[in-house]
Amino acid sequence: MGGVMRRELWVNAALWLGLICVPLWAHWAGEPFTITLATRAVIFAVAAVGLNIALGLGGLVSLGHAAFFGIGGYAMGILAFHAQNYQPLFEWPFVFEGSQSMPLIWVVAFAVSGLCAFVIGLLALRTSGVYFIMITLAFGQMFYFFSISWAAYGGEDGMLIYVRNGFPGLNTLDPIQFYGLCFAVLSAALLVQARLARSPFGLALNAARQVPERVRAVGLDPVRLRLLAFTLSGAITGLAGALFADLNRFVSPSMFSWQLSGEFIVFIIIGGTARLFGPVVGAMVFVGLEHLLGGLSEYWHVWFGALLLGIVLFGQGGVIGMIAGKARAHD
Amino acid sequence: MTLSLVFEQILNGLQSGIMLFLMAAGLTLIFGVMGLINLAHGSLYMVGAFCAAAMAGWTGSFALGLVAALAGAAAAGALIELVVIRRLYARDHLDQVLATFALILIFSEGTRWVFGSFPLYLDVPEALSGPVSLPGGISYPLYRLAIIGVGLAVAAGLFWLIGQTRVGVRIRAGENDREMIAALGVDIDRLYTFVFALGAALAGLAGALVGAIQSVQVGMGEPVLILAFVVIVIGGIGSIKGALVGALLVGLTETLGSVFLPVFFKLFMAPAAATQAGASLSSMAIYILMAGVLVWKPSGLFGSRG
Amino acid sequence: MTEVLETRGLRKAFGALQATDDVSLTLRAGEIHAIIGPNGAGKSTLIGQICGTLPPDSGSVHLNGVDVTGLSTQARAGRGLARTFQISQLAMEDTALQNVLLGAVGASKRAWRFWRPALRHADLRDRAEAALARVGLDGHAATVTAELSHGQRRQLEVAVALTLNPQVFIMDEPMAGLGAEGSARLTPLLDSLRQEAPILLVEHDMDAVFALADRISVLVYGRIIASGTVEDIRRDPAVRDAYLGDAE
Repeated sequence: MGGVMRRELWVNAALWLGLICVPLWAHWAGEPFTITLATRAVIFAVAAVGLNIALGLGGLVSLGHAAFFGIGGYAMGILAFHAQNYQPLFEWPFVFEGSQSMPLIWVVAFAVSGLCAFVIGLLALRTSGVYFIMITLAFGQMFYFFSISWAAYGGEDGMLIYVRNGFPGLNTLDPIQFYGLCFAVLSAALLVQARLARSPFGLALNAARQVPERVRAVGLDPVRLRLLAFTLSGAITGLAGALFADLNRFVSPSMFSWQLSGEFIVFIIIGGTARLFGPVVGAMVFVGLEHLLGGLSEYWHVWFGALLLGIVLFGQGGVIGMIAGKARAHD
Repeated sequence: MTLSLVFEQILNGLQSGIMLFLMAAGLTLIFGVMGLINLAHGSLYMVGAFCAAAMAGWTGSFALGLVAALAGAAAAGALIELVVIRRLYARDHLDQVLATFALILIFSEGTRWVFGSFPLYLDVPEALSGPVSLPGGISYPLYRLAIIGVGLAVAAGLFWLIGQTRVGVRIRAGENDREMIAALGVDIDRLYTFVFALGAALAGLAGALVGAIQSVQVGMGEPVLILAFVVIVIGGIGSIKGALVGALLVGLTETLGSVFLPVFFKLFMAPAAATQAGASLSSMAIYILMAGVLVWKPSGLFGSRG
Repeated sequence: MTEVLETRGLRKAFGALQATDDVSLTLRAGEIHAIIGPNGAGKSTLIGQICGTLPPDSGSVHLNGVDVTGLSTQARAGRGLARTFQISQLAMEDTALQNVLLGAVGASKRAWRFWRPALRHADLRDRAEAALARVGLDGHAATVTAELSHGQRRQLEVAVALTLNPQVFIMDEPMAGLGAEGSARLTPLLDSLRQEAPILLVEHDMDAVFALADRISVLVYGRIIASGTVEDIRRDPAVRDAYLGDAE
């Protein structure tokens, strides 16, 4: 067991270094497209790390996390839209012009998506199991339709943001610098997840996934543990949404699409649940396949679907499991 | 706002509700008997619509199209049950979600591969085209009236099948106690394949019937699937009666909401703002309904399982 | 003697089945009070009502003189009602130490700490390790629970209850599945626990019950048909007739 865990640590370290070295190489080799691909993978990884707090630690199969990804995206879109069009977002209690500053946008995206996750969690956690799956999926769809109907912010067409938002001291239009920001956010999210998993809260949450009766019997309420995990999970995925919107300089209802929610789960499964770097590997593999298979065939989703089916039916432990052995990741 | 418009919208709501019922009934039956959450149910809806459109396009007969929809969706259902789904009964919900999500990808892109990205059109049959006059001077499309009738007939048939026949007894027994039914000597594998194919056929029928009103295209099934989930959450998992009540509630809420909420807001708001507010609220109406049921009765109106 | 736990007139019906019927009993400081009875007598229902997993139709539960009938399971646990489960409820993927640590986290109300690893909360760890040592599992702290033997899991069940600042132990068949040898090993441990808190012991193993109990109540068809010392119960003709006679 110890050996297997050490091997996983090595795998994680190698992955983390790879995420630093490959884009730097691409930068010097003059391959900006590779940097963009890596940025996309890293942002998806942030979203999946967020989801993994609910799914991997809490056992909450949320099929609605695109809702939070989209809310984060729209938080960015709305703030930047008002700023670039010089229309105040609100005038009371003070005039607020919107913002094109990433730190502020991130805080807003994190807070608003966390708040929405709290409310959805409050409702969905009244149930469990398959109900929870259906309810999160349904609320995700609600945001999708709502964004389509919201003509003031582009309705079905979404919003174009002309200039990427700024970050103090950096030129965010430079692909490698923007990548660096996203990578820093991913590293922070991974740190949070790793600490959380070993903390008293993580211990209790993890037990609530396995034996909720026991958790109640030691004086803790599993629903409150799950609600907090779901809220934090949604907030981190929302932050990823804000980054994704900045990467594309575009937000649209498609950020809320249920397929995206499914894909986030797929990232985690490809990489391996309960693996710290599982979501990272999953996002990398997905973006890589999307690029490679997408180049070979317009219908690459067929092959991707078949691959996924194979992993679910016959493989266990995901890609990291295949490399690092079968043991679970938490201590 | 006339009374006839109200009546017409109620009929529209009924029509969409009864089609939703065909979807939700299969889903809830499959969950109740096999404990499986099937995301690919929307794909079977799509398969039904494409089979109907292809067959009707080839032979010119809508009736043959419907037969093809039922047969095609049932066959596709039986096939995936035999190849994939039966490996999932003993798995947890996460594996079921992922595997059936993979099936959606395969079905959707596979269909796009075969039929291309352009929508197909399925024409309303000659005999049912055009409006019909209802009492009170209301003119309503005959075809929509006909599919309300078909849907109600299928619903009645389903209640009869579950309530009165030997197969129904086995299905109900399977919902309660899997081991007992196996001990009674019922071939559980065949029963499961049958239930899955039955659910698939209902979805395929709905897809074909709706396909003649809307266009037949890849991705048509999933929005309906999600609505059917809302129906099941409202009605309660495993309950056919709950699926019927939930489907009608959702169909009526959605249809009436999108027509009347903007009108309602115009009573006290500027027209443009009222249209916007009405559209936004009506896009969320059924989910608000669902949230209300969750607060009031978390296991659904007719549900017994938590 | 003071009454730590008391139930008054607990009733619960499932449809036509009266699972508990006017059950009143007391548990005093320092004692082990055993509840015996044939299968289906309502023992599990009684435990559910005491621990707060089943709301009673009528009647009340009092812990240290306070009516806790309206409190949730977790609130009762917070007041020192420490239970063990008939079927082990342990986090199988976690180590033995993590399972007792969960108890320590719950009892210390420290579940809302997010940064420092649970194992580095020295006081929690001390408490958890002491509980493991108490039940004789100190050599297995790092063993994943799924790899523990059945008997070790039964010990771990007791260890988790020990971390909870127990005012009273509710033990639901702690000997379940242990066999004579394992049961004999657990008996002295339970015997020593009564100094920490009294034990309400539901148990099928009569050797253990007769060895441990200060008092015994016999539950049949949801009713207490007899209550008294070990000797009283051994002699009671109604008990022999209803229970001991045909069961043993």
